[in-house]
Order: sequence, then structure tokens, then C-alpha cells
Amino acid sequence: MSETAAQPQVETHTPKELVRQPLVLNNRPLGWITEQVAGIVEGKMPRWWNVAFTISFLVMMMCFTYIGYLILTGVGVWGLNHPVAWGWAIVNFVFWIGIGHAGTLISAILFLLRQKWRTSINRTAEAMTIFAVICAGIFPGIHVGRIWLAWWLLPLPNANSIWPQFRSPLLWDVFAVSTYFTVSLLFWYMGLIPDLATIRDRLRKNADKCTTGCEKLINKVKQYLYGIFSMGWIGSNRHWRNYEKAYLLLAGLSTPLVLSVHSIVSFDFAVSQLPGWHTTIFPPYFVAGAVFSGFGMVLTLMIPMRALFKLEEIITVRHLELMCKVIMATGTIVGYAYGMEFFIAWYGGNPYELYAFKNRAFGPYWWAYWIMISCNVISPQLFWFKWSRTTPWFIFVVSIFVNIGMWFERFVIVVTSLHRDYLPSSWGYYSPTQVDILTFVGTFGLFMVLFLLFVRYLPSICIFEVKGVTPQADPHAKEGGADKVEGGVH
Amino acid sequence: MSKPFAIMAEYETPAEIMAAAKKVHGEGYQKWDVHSPFPIHGMDDVMGLDNAKVGWFTFFGGLTGFVTGMVMIYFMNKFDYDVVVGGKPLFSGFYAFPVAYEMTILLGAFGSLGGMFILNRLPRHHHPLLANARFADVTDDKFYVVIECEDERYDENLTRTLLEGTGAQHIEMVEDAQ
Repeated sequence: MSETAAQPQVETHTPKELVRQPLVLNNRPLGWITEQVAGIVEGKMPRWWNVAFTISFLVMMMCFTYIGYLILTGVGVWGLNHPVAWGWAIVNFVFWIGIGHAGTLISAILFLLRQKWRTSINRTAEAMTIFAVICAGIFPGIHVGRIWLAWWLLPLPNANSIWPQFRSPLLWDVFAVSTYFTVSLLFWYMGLIPDLATIRDRLRKNADKCTTGCEKLINKVKQYLYGIFSMGWIGSNRHWRNYEKAYLLLAGLSTPLVLSVHSIVSFDFAVSQLPGWHTTIFPPYFVAGAVFSGFGMVLTLMIPMRALFKLEEIITVRHLELMCKVIMATGTIVGYAYGMEFFIAWYGGNPYELYAFKNRAFGPYWWAYWIMISCNVISPQLFWFKWSRTTPWFIFVVSIFVNIGMWFERFVIVVTSLHRDYLPSSWGYYSPTQVDILTFVGTFGLFMVLFLLFVRYLPSICIFEVKGVTPQADPHAKEGGADKVEGGVH
Repeated sequence: MSKPFAIMAEYETPAEIMAAAKKVHGEGYQKWDVHSPFPIHGMDDVMGLDNAKVGWFTFFGGLTGFVTGMVMIYFMNKFDYDVVVGGKPLFSGFYAFPVAYEMTILLGAFGSLGGMFILNRLPRHHHPLLANARFADVTDDKFYVVIECEDERYDENLTRTLLEGTGAQHIEMVEDAQ
């Protein structure tokens, strides 16, 4: 009687298939992607671009003016003095070089991990890397004092017949940073070749539409320049085969490179005997911090860019969300490193080490330390909430905090470790001068000038790679993949 | 004087060109190629291409970099300007490693990019296809099979019939303007 009631309820419906979100929204055709990205380069720049460029240009000129003043006068115009002989120049150098790391992480490491969402953001991130390394490179160059002898950094034959001492991590840095810049540039350029060919071909197609002689001349000059740099690319599959292999190899080379660069930067500190610097945690901690700060900067640049150029369907909210997750992960690693530094300072039993860390958090520079903690440890934790990962304006605000926090991290490491030497007679308080501050502010002008020129003249999204991850690109999908819109190839 | 360079067939989707490439390869053509706006996954197998040789350029580039780095440091710090620092040996592979490592990556990267250009015979700015008006869509959203007239199996009528049988939207001859 109760037999039927006792039987367990069996659900018969088939489990719901989880569909991946598409990487390009609204199932746009291939031609739309070309039009959307190449259109930015071909069209007239909107008014905001002119305003932003003018401001950035003036700020950049301020930077150069202060550098000129420094060269003519000497490093005394900076706030450096005994005992703090490494000040903002090194802080700014490490800050900018760290920013660059997100670009290589996105272009190389995410490529090796087959994270296809990287295709929408890698071009901009790589450009950011190159410009950040340019900004970084300024500081070691100008901080040497007699800048006309900066070439002594390189192992070049000179009148004194001496060679550099290769045991110094500062010399390793010269090699690491210059290699990093060169390889990033090669990688970026290689990715640009097929897209430059796209612009070349579009200019050729539009040549008939030019009416005035002036337009025709501009079209010709542009065709010539984009043509030269696209190397005569014809999209041949025999070419693609070598191209893809070379791209994979470059990604494979860039991955150990990016890890080594910030490790070597951290050796500048860690190889010394100074309490607060002499720690083995520095290389991984610096690399995580670099990726953290770099993703902060990528988001700071990309959120306005996608809104202003109407690229929301290519750089989707999902892309932003994934970047937020990287920020959260690396921010947590950084927070762990801060804690572990303190633990080891106590556990190591070295009173000077412990003092350096107590002084860091509660000494005269307590404010810098707590700005660092609140920006780097607390703010990324907000990304545990889905709302905060998917709301662009909020992500933008957090990304600014990340940038600020990571600058302060380098300030804390450099200045608090130096400002109290072993003897209280060698204690001091370091403050920057106007020249320090405005030179650093000026580098943002340089960075933005380069970035604005990049979005003006080069395709800011990797057109061919984005096409490659759309469902239409899958040769095995019937009707070019129209029936696989949701699944697609991811 | 212009002479015919190749026959070109245009397709709309990767699936169509994949099927067409299968047929052309099956007919035994040698001097032919597929042109697409992005690399098509699986096309190398269909065209019967073997693994790319770029890796050799990378390897020898990297090897040159490593050896150069080590030899440079040995020469500078042990041979030409031998100053004892901190009572340590004049040369050791350990302290020389970071610089040699960076040099490996630097020259390996140049090898990869240079190898790609050498193997692809690029830059080449005078390719007949670049002069073809219709072919300009290859970097946008069209796909092309191009069979060169110099191919041994090329025959004006047979090759055209073959391409027509693959469902090409448009077929035309590409001229080589000498």
C-alpha cells in the first residue's frame, strides 16, 4: 500500500549544461571586430583625446625640465642625504618596472596557460609594459649624478681600461631591465604585424574614397608606413605556422624573463646586509607585488579606454572580473609576505631586524606603512564580492588604490630601512623636495603621452587573436559556428 | 608585361576553406597556400605541413647568448681586469649566471623573431597578391586558397574546375605585374 510512497524520488530531467560566456558579446561577425578596432586608428580622435594629450604633454615637459635642472645642478636638488641615500629615484624605478610585469604576465604566462580571455587585453597591457619600462629606465639613468657617465653602467671599453664588477646585483639589473625592454618590444611588435597588415589593407581599400589631394597624400603616406612595418604580411598559412611557433617560443622565453626581472630588482635590496632588506622572501614577494600593481594599472587604463572607445563588447565585464581575481590573488600573496616578514623578524631573533620592522610599522614613517597596508592588503579583499568585481567604476577606484599602495610599498622598503642606521647618531628623517615630487609626477605625463599616441596610431586590441577565439573561427562548427554561439571554442 | 601568377578562390568561413584545402591537398598540389585573417586550428594537418623549424633558431640564439655572457664575464673579471673582491674567486659560474641567463633570453628572442622572418621569407613587399584588390579582405574576414601557376599539376581548366567544386564564392586569376 505504501510501497509507492516509500520509493525514493528519482529526478528524470537531464542536468543543465553549463555554458561558457562568449569572449566577444552579441555574436558579432569577424568584419565587425576589424571595423571596431581599426576604426579607432582611422577615424578622427575625439575631443577628449586632444585635451588629454595636451595635458599629458605639458606634464611630460615638466618632467624633462626638472631632469634638466637636476643635470645642470646635481643630485643635491633631491632630498637625499645621509643616512637615506636611496630615495624617490629608486622607489619610482621599482614602481614603474613593477607596473610593467602585468603586461608580460598577460601576454606570455596566460598564453602558455591557454587563457583565451587574454586576447582582448594583451595588446594594451604589452604597450603599457613598454611605456612603464621607459619611465622606469629614466631613474637609474639620472640618479647616477654625473649622467654623462651613465654609459659606465654598461660593459664597454673605456679610457681607464676597467670593467664592471659582475658580482653586483645592480649590474645584473642593467642586463635584466634592458633585456626585458627589448624582449617585450619584440613580442609586442610581433603581435602587431598581422594587425598592421589589416590597417594597410583597409587604407588601400579606402584609397578611392579620398577626394582631395591632401587626403590622397595622407592615405599614401600611411599606406607606406603601415606597409613597411607589416613586413608584407599576407596571412599565408605557411607563414602562420612559423609565426605561431615563434610566438609560443617568445612566450616561453618571456615567462622566465619576467620572473627573473623583478627577482633581480629585489636582489638590489636582498643581497645587502641591511636589516629590512636582507630577506630571502624578497624575490617571490616582489614578483607577486609587481603583478599586483601591474594589473592595477592595466585596469586603471582599460576601464576608461573601453568606455571611451565603445569597446565594451570586446573587453567585457567578464574580462574585468577575471583581472580582479588576479588582483585579489596577488594582493593576498603580498599581504602574506608582509605578515611573514614580521614573523621572521621576530623568529630570527636578530634584534636589529626586529627593530627595523617595529620601526617600520610604528616609527616616524608609520603613516606610509599603514597607507600601504590599507591599499594593498585590505582593498583587494573587496573583490570577494561579485558586485565589486563587475562594477567598472568601483574596480577603477580600487585599481587607483592598488597603484598608490604599491608605490608606498617601495617607499616603505627603501626609506624606513635606511633612515635609522645602527647608531642613533646616524638617524634621520627623509623628505622629498619639490624636484623629487614633480619629476615623478612628470613621468606619468610621459607614460600617458606614449599611451595616447599608441591608441591613436596602433590597433589597441589584437584583432587577429580576438577573431581566433570567436565561435565563427572554429572550422569544425557547422555554418561557421553559428550553432555554437554559447559554447564556441574557448 | 604581366603574366598569370596564380588562381585564387575566395571563401566565407573557416569550415569551407578547410574542406577546400583538404581537396587541394588530396589532388597533390605543392605550390599552393591558404590565406586567412587568423591562424586556423588544424589547417597545418590538412595542408600536410610538418612541424615549424623556428625552434632551432631560438635554440642557437639562446646558446650563443649564454656562452657570450659567460665568456664576457670570464674575460672581464678574471682575465683582463682581475681584482680580488671580498676574497672571493675571480670567476665563478654562480655570480655570472644572472647576466648569462638574461643574455640567453635576449638572443633566444632575437632568434625566434629572426627565424620566423627567415623561414617566412619576409619582409616581402612586392608579392603579387598584395597588388590584387580583392585579396585585401584577407586581413579582414575572407579566406583564400591560392594555387600558383608554377605548380606542376596546375592546369588552367582542371584547377579552376577543382576550385569551383569546393564551393568558392569567387574565383579569379592573379596577375604578376613584372
